[in-house]
Amino acid sequence: MTTKKTVKTDPGGAAGEAARTAGGAARDAAAKERRSLLHEMLRIRRFEERCVELYSAAEIRGFMHLYIGEEAVAAGVMPELGPEDAVVTTYREHGHALARGIPAEAIMAEMFGRSTGCSRGRGGSMHLFDAATRFYGGNAIVAGGLPLAVGLALADRMRGADRVTACFLGDGAAAEGEFHECLNLAALWRLPVLFVCENNQYAMGTALAREHAETDLALRASSYGLVAWAVDGMDALAVSAAARRAAEAVRWGGGPHFLEMRTYRYRAHSMYDPDRYRTKAEIEEWRRHDPIDALAARLRADGDLGGDDLAAMDKEIAAEIDGAVKAARKAPLEPVADLTRFVYSERAVRP
Amino acid sequence: MTTTRTAPGAPAAGANGGITYREAMRAALREALAKDERVFLMGEDVGRYGGCFAVSLGLLEEFGPERIRDTPLSESAFVGAGIGAALAGMRPIVEIMTVNFSLLALDQILNNAATLSHMSGGQFGVPLVIRMTTGAGRQLAAQHSHSLEGWYTHIPGLRIVAPATLEDARGMLWTALADPDPVLIFEHGSLYTLSGELPPGAGAVDIDRAAVRRPGSDVSLITYGGTLHKTLEAAGRLASEGVEAEVLDLRSLRPLDDATIMDSVRRTHRAVVVDEAWRSGSLSAEISARVTEQVFYELDAPVARVCGVEIPIPYPRHLEEAAVPQPDDVVAAAHRVVSGDA
Ligand SMILES: Cc1ncc(C[n+]2csc(CCOP(=O)(O)OP(=O)(O)O)c2C)c(N)n1
Repeated sequence: MTTKKTVKTDPGGAAGEAARTAGGAARDAAAKERRSLLHEMLRIRRFEERCVELYSAAEIRGFMHLYIGEEAVAAGVMPELGPEDAVVTTYREHGHALARGIPAEAIMAEMFGRSTGCSRGRGGSMHLFDAATRFYGGNAIVAGGLPLAVGLALADRMRGADRVTACFLGDGAAAEGEFHECLNLAALWRLPVLFVCENNQYAMGTALAREHAETDLALRASSYGLVAWAVDGMDALAVSAAARRAAEAVRWGGGPHFLEMRTYRYRAHSMYDPDRYRTKAEIEEWRRHDPIDALAARLRADGDLGGDDLAAMDKEIAAEIDGAVKAARKAPLEPVADLTRFVYSERAVRP
Repeated sequence: MTTTRTAPGAPAAGANGGITYREAMRAALREALAKDERVFLMGEDVGRYGGCFAVSLGLLEEFGPERIRDTPLSESAFVGAGIGAALAGMRPIVEIMTVNFSLLALDQILNNAATLSHMSGGQFGVPLVIRMTTGAGRQLAAQHSHSLEGWYTHIPGLRIVAPATLEDARGMLWTALADPDPVLIFEHGSLYTLSGELPPGAGAVDIDRAAVRRPGSDVSLITYGGTLHKTLEAAGRLASEGVEAEVLDLRSLRPLDDATIMDSVRRTHRAVVVDEAWRSGSLSAEISARVTEQVFYELDAPVARVCGVEIPIPYPRHLEEAAVPQPDDVVAAAHRVVSGDA
């Protein structure tokens, strides 16, 4: 991989090793967890691959940003959050939404702009919302979600709730003023925010080193007084171990934590991007560290994944996605008569 | 401007039983904090310093630093944090020192506070109150004196109010807090020293309707906030010159209370909009257009506007006074529309 600074290995990464050598029930539980990590990553990837087809068929429109290559981050972080925790994220959020537990059907319907979509079709790919899982979007303003996360955490802090707000952001966001304002504020008030920076090496076509004087984002975050470290974001087990440790620390009053996930997107920034700013060789190099392949290989080596298991997973996932697409196609559109709904609260309808 | 003005309809202060606009705001804050545990005040210097306009003076001692929360100079972060806290069920009041600085938080106000409800298909609301000062009159030059509330009235999803009287300073906050949507309260900087009597039972007021502050039959003077008192002064002079002007205080700038505006114009058949903000693309343009759309055939003269001169507000007093509407300008405009010389 081409990250230029050494990635500090997370001590929690040893957990996987321990699980492998442990016996009996603990070993089974660990194997199950790792298989479900694999399943979730595969599910996100297949969902998005289907989205590409649907986009080409013009069934999905608008801006669409794919997460393919970065699946280890969402799949690894989300299981470490509880149902009462909150999630704030960006326009590249299909993976986060799926891993958080918003039904694939509701997400797909949203991409189709249908009234059964998780935002009633008003948001589309970039604005997935779900009150039931405390999923606060889906923000298409780079760094625009950071202050929201700080506020959600502030509310928890003021009420003494031991909840965590996970805030996903990209490396590009680290150049915005809101990044600095919010890291400072979160650290100053010791708010329970888990910042998960998905450093996929590019902000649209701008490589990390072309937009940041200091490219070690964890180092920068730590300068605000946060606990911060970098994680190999292509290694789902490393991500999940780091997320577990950080989320626990945040939950029990350790103040905000910042994880820089070093990862990569294989696909272009969005469906409109001709992707002229990087080489095929570079993409191939990262693909050799594919998070799904890597975890599958590891599970196989440990005897936790049989010859047909992956194919079986794939089949089950395909059925789920087929179902979501069928349902989305059949779902009703919002009536135009409802065009102006939800601008203001329906408890107070106004002209 | 530090000269004490007299609240409309209130006896001159001086008797000292009165209350200032600033104190009325503070009483409103104190009441809200006492009444609802979810309420907290957040902003630059609201605590130790007592608020840059001394509105929150003493509240830190009373309610503690958790609820009277000093923030760093990070407008976007703390306004956005207010939005996040509101999403999570709190009732934050965010103070921004002046409207000019609110531009650093415009992303959060427009892209988050105003959109989240609609974008989430009604799943999330933002019951947030943002207070800020606006307006010229204190020789603070171009980066501290503008009236940009009209810009905010452009944005669906927001509610904009402008308390111009002691009753409204006392009563609008609680109504705003009870509103499920984001409400921006614009306090004209020259009003803080306004003083007068407040009825003992003064409390929450309706913020949906404009108010007729002085009835009249010859012309409707439509205004709000900092120019209300200048307009009332003008109306007093017009009366002595034989023109009965009706003075309308908009109070709510978004949504606009069309019904009250049109009723007034139907009675007087003439309208002058008085607004300290710039004329081009302004709230005064919107009001003028609505009057034309809705009661054109009632009009005996074109709608006139008295607005700020289209320059950044200058520092020296004489230029600053020349840059914003004064009672003389309102009197002249009213005479023009009444005499048909408009
Ligand atoms: C404030 C703002 N400026 C510019 C854009 C246009 N834009 C959309 S995505 C993007 C790149 C962001 O990169 P990064 O934060 O690294 O996230 P990634 O897309 O790599 O996941 C830009 C510049 C925007 N949406 N918001």
